[in-house]
Amino acid sequence: MRPAYFDHPIAKWIEYRLPVFSFLEHELYEYPTPKNLSYWWNFGSLAGIMLVVMIATGVVLAMHYVPHVDLAFDSIERIMRDVNYGWLLRYLHMNGGSVFFLVVYIHLFRGLYYGSFKYPRELLWMLGLVILLLMMATAFMGYVLPWGQMSFWAATVITNLFSAIPWVGDAIVTWLWGGFAVDQPTLGRFYSLHYLLPFVIVGVVGMHLMALHQHGSGNPLGVDVRKDKGDTIPFHPYYTVKDLFGTGVLFIFYFALVFFWPNLLGETINYVPANPLQTPAHIVPEWYFLPYYAILRSITFDIWFIPAKLIGVTLMFGSLLILFLLPWLDSSKVRSAKFRPIYKQFFWVFLLDAIVLGWVGGQPAEGIYVVIGQVATLFYFSYFFVIIPLIAKYEKPRPLPESISTPVLKEMA
Amino acid sequence: MAVSDPAQPPHETGETRRDFLYLAAGVLGAYGVGAAIWPLIDQMNPAADVLAVATIEVDIAPIVVGQAITVKWQGKPVFIRHRTQEEIDAARKVDPKELPDPQPDEMRAPKPEWLIVVGVCTHLGCIPLGQKPTDPHGEYNGWFCPCHGSHYDTAGRIRKGPAPKNLPVPKYEFVTDTMVRIG
Repeated sequence: MRPAYFDHPIAKWIEYRLPVFSFLEHELYEYPTPKNLSYWWNFGSLAGIMLVVMIATGVVLAMHYVPHVDLAFDSIERIMRDVNYGWLLRYLHMNGGSVFFLVVYIHLFRGLYYGSFKYPRELLWMLGLVILLLMMATAFMGYVLPWGQMSFWAATVITNLFSAIPWVGDAIVTWLWGGFAVDQPTLGRFYSLHYLLPFVIVGVVGMHLMALHQHGSGNPLGVDVRKDKGDTIPFHPYYTVKDLFGTGVLFIFYFALVFFWPNLLGETINYVPANPLQTPAHIVPEWYFLPYYAILRSITFDIWFIPAKLIGVTLMFGSLLILFLLPWLDSSKVRSAKFRPIYKQFFWVFLLDAIVLGWVGGQPAEGIYVVIGQVATLFYFSYFFVIIPLIAKYEKPRPLPESISTPVLKEMA
Repeated sequence: MAVSDPAQPPHETGETRRDFLYLAAGVLGAYGVGAAIWPLIDQMNPAADVLAVATIEVDIAPIVVGQAITVKWQGKPVFIRHRTQEEIDAARKVDPKELPDPQPDEMRAPKPEWLIVVGVCTHLGCIPLGQKPTDPHGEYNGWFCPCHGSHYDTAGRIRKGPAPKNLPVPKYEFVTDTMVRIG
């Protein structure tokens, strides 16, 4: 169908040279979307909106921030007190990071539950994981910029992870620092990369969308859509409106944080300027890194000749990298957990396990917390290496409907 | 291999002079790209001015027995501890073979009353507590790292916890009896 505005002379002139209208028409209007998408399918577009918010607030904050060890902390306080609406922009950016991660984690678990990572969407899934890794690097480096106590010690602890690499570890850490400790050279490069990486994310998001539009969205039933059975509706206006509504709901939550509890998710001690000679009593990362931190700390013993530190660091990075293998670890052809009675139960146990890991990560590394962390870590890896492959092999899935519309039409008839 | 007509590949091996040229050009290209990228990577290593500020001299005369001070060297804290006789004895009576990172105290503190170590936990780089009398000193009366619970003894050796190595001893020398140069 060719919309009327295509015949406008200016539209025609542009379209002939740059086919932007037919592109939008194709990707938004003609793009067939399953008609049964639930609200769990809102979180992709919400993540996109958070990325835009983070870049917009970040670009203006960069106009006032000074990346120098003696000035960084004060420049943040100046933004908070003197710059017009500086407090608002900084709180939006600070809490925006948390909201962005929350949205992305829900998006990821949606994918786990509904098997969005399966054929033919493996690359779509892996590009999403690349985005997550880039987000983590960006968030970590952004957290260092205010140069508070937690900023400094987070930078120290995280860069020291690389010292676990055999033989070249110390050289790599010195290279990352640009000196013999976290200092001015470190702050300068973190600032540069914190500004760069969001735009790299934009690029990968572009590929994520290309891969999405190749085979279209999955859906809660996990069956391939049948256009001949009336399974699809145009993206616009149905899902543009639904995404807009979701954005409103998310922003109520987001702005409640910004206006009423702006420091709820932060650490008070980061309002103390960085002191390289004193470590705070209790170092914890931001909430979205806690599960990985718990996995890192759960290894308190050497295995054979491999030191505990190297195992901990390997498992921490491995806990993310293993997700890249998921499309092949889970060989079940059935996508949606709705039709997978055993997988469905273990999915919820896994979600609980991730939450337990997050909780343990925020506790001191002693006593019972260590044991709980170890059990939860063991389950985390067993889930991927043992439980998922076994379920895929032995589970008897429930029968799949022929199309999205078929069961509904049968009920009506 | 005798090649009469370069356009006609010899049938026996399937290799041509063109294959060789591809390979040679590829190797040269890879070398060139590597040479071009190296400055972009190496610029992140410590700069000349950072390397230049590498030694300090500390007057240790005012440190009384049992006291410890922290000085900053290369951006890191260095612990200088004037050890008591009990601390020295505790460090020397241990059999180094039983330690996670075996090192005799004699090697770490040639002058037994002075222990000089870099005060950076070998786990993930936190500063261990134990410089002040009111600090926790861990189970071995040395230092305790609050981040992930590593215990160091009175020779700065790792005894318990996730840290793999002893607190490193920096290169230092006594310029006079009361002046030490670190670095």
